[in-house]
Amino acid sequence: MFRNQYDTDVTVWSPQGRLHQVEYAMEAVKQGSACLGLTSKTHAVLCALKRSPNELGSYQEKIMKIDDHMGISIAGLTADARMLAKYMRTEALNHKYVYGTQLQANRLATDLADMHQRCTQSYVRRPYGVGMLIAAHDATGPHLMETSPSGNYFEYVAMAIGARSQSAKTYLEKHYQDFPAASVDDLIKHGLKALSGCITGDKELDVASVSVAIVGAGQAFEEVQGARLQAFLDAIEVEGDAAAPAPAGEPEAPADVPAPMDEGIA
Amino acid sequence: MPKRHWPLYLSLALFLRLLLMIGLAPSRSHGAPSQTLMDAPRQRTQSPIVTGTSVIGLKYKDGVMLAADTLASYGSLARYKSVERIRPVGESTLLGASGEYSDFQAIMEMLEDQTQEDRNMDDGFKRAPAEVHSYLRAVMYNRRNKMNPLWNYLLIAGVNPRTGGFFLGSVDHIGTAYEDDILATGFGAHLALPILRRRWRADMEEGEARALLEDCMRVLFYRDCRALNRIQIAKATREGVLVSDPYTIETSWSLAAFAQPKAGADTDGSW
Repeated sequence: MFRNQYDTDVTVWSPQGRLHQVEYAMEAVKQGSACLGLTSKTHAVLCALKRSPNELGSYQEKIMKIDDHMGISIAGLTADARMLAKYMRTEALNHKYVYGTQLQANRLATDLADMHQRCTQSYVRRPYGVGMLIAAHDATGPHLMETSPSGNYFEYVAMAIGARSQSAKTYLEKHYQDFPAASVDDLIKHGLKALSGCITGDKELDVASVSVAIVGAGQAFEEVQGARLQAFLDAIEVEGDAAAPAPAGEPEAPADVPAPMDEGIA
Repeated sequence: MPKRHWPLYLSLALFLRLLLMIGLAPSRSHGAPSQTLMDAPRQRTQSPIVTGTSVIGLKYKDGVMLAADTLASYGSLARYKSVERIRPVGESTLLGASGEYSDFQAIMEMLEDQTQEDRNMDDGFKRAPAEVHSYLRAVMYNRRNKMNPLWNYLLIAGVNPRTGGFFLGSVDHIGTAYEDDILATGFGAHLALPILRRRWRADMEEGEARALLEDCMRVLFYRDCRALNRIQIAKATREGVLVSDPYTIETSWSLAAFAQPKAGADTDGSW
């Protein structure tokens, strides 16, 4: 891997004005398997590709529920994501106790981004190696937000992160105008079609390797699983290959090459 | 009797004083029956000092209304006669407080910090009165669990900026919280609630609601010795919150029983 003398400590600037350790952490996000989110006027949907470390092993979970109105999908170090998910659940629960209502997603995203940012300014801590998509429905409607190890956070209509996510981004950019008025079912289909571009080689989307979750007005955060998910997978197959764009050319590290920390990256 | 040796006495006195200064002198309280303030068990607020009396509130056709007088008593002394015990919190909530006035000021500071933070976030989120109510419940209950309560009985009134629904709730100094269409704190719970129960309707016009609250405040002024005839009425509607300037309510003392409390009765002084 490319190295230089300014990358041993997060708090040291390179002469080019970069923080290399922070950028390496963001690289960990790109190594994680893809996940994406998209929103309509009423709902937010998360879709993710799961990896299995082994033929006989289970798939690493990519989507976590935070509260009835909020969930996350992650790309990067799963262990770091679990820490952050625990923090988010505590905050959501505490807000429910104190105020009796559900925590605003953007406020939690701000706090989360602050946690990430603190690590970029202290030599005693390592930046979190995880990128996160937060899907929520709160008092101000449906939301999709992305957080990254750099401490940046953004709100999106639709977004994809992780390995080969450029393909999904291209799909989402092409179709985003249909999203606001789309039904939940259409949103899920769009999500799965976008996700199908992120898959490696000859593999196909299947119930075991795909996670889908929805949240919206009158719809608590819920993962779509089993037969219900299979129905969506069948539907996009029927709707044809025309919708699946050719993988766009983003030079990314081949995700299935075994790396030392491969087990922890999802 | 030995002859006095002044220089020796003087130097001994100076020496003892030196010991005292550097803290080597034997503790005076050691084994002594009286305790200093520092040795005594630590005590928290066990009763309020400067207090406001009743706050009353009701829902009506267009919103929610609160009423309170402007007196802060020091024990039985009518000490401060122009304090405002009903305050707006943000854009759609009102808070009325009876009990310790300084604790109410501290609570208002907490809420103003929170309102400022909401403003700073600038994310279009509007805090609902039910959230202020729940927050205060958590604060009051937390403080009572620390055995250091904020000594207030609070009424929270407002309109939910998201749904337009009316809210009226109370929280006491140990964190008991509930909602109702009519509420009254302190003496008001004894003297005003029966009147409110008899005359309140959900479809009351603003004028009717105001008149009902004024009648309640008048009765409270007649019978509650910590009440004043100078009051404020505040309303929360879908248009926002408004706290009136203080004004004096009309009272009538021409009843025979008022004029001659002991007439015709050999009582102990009460009528």
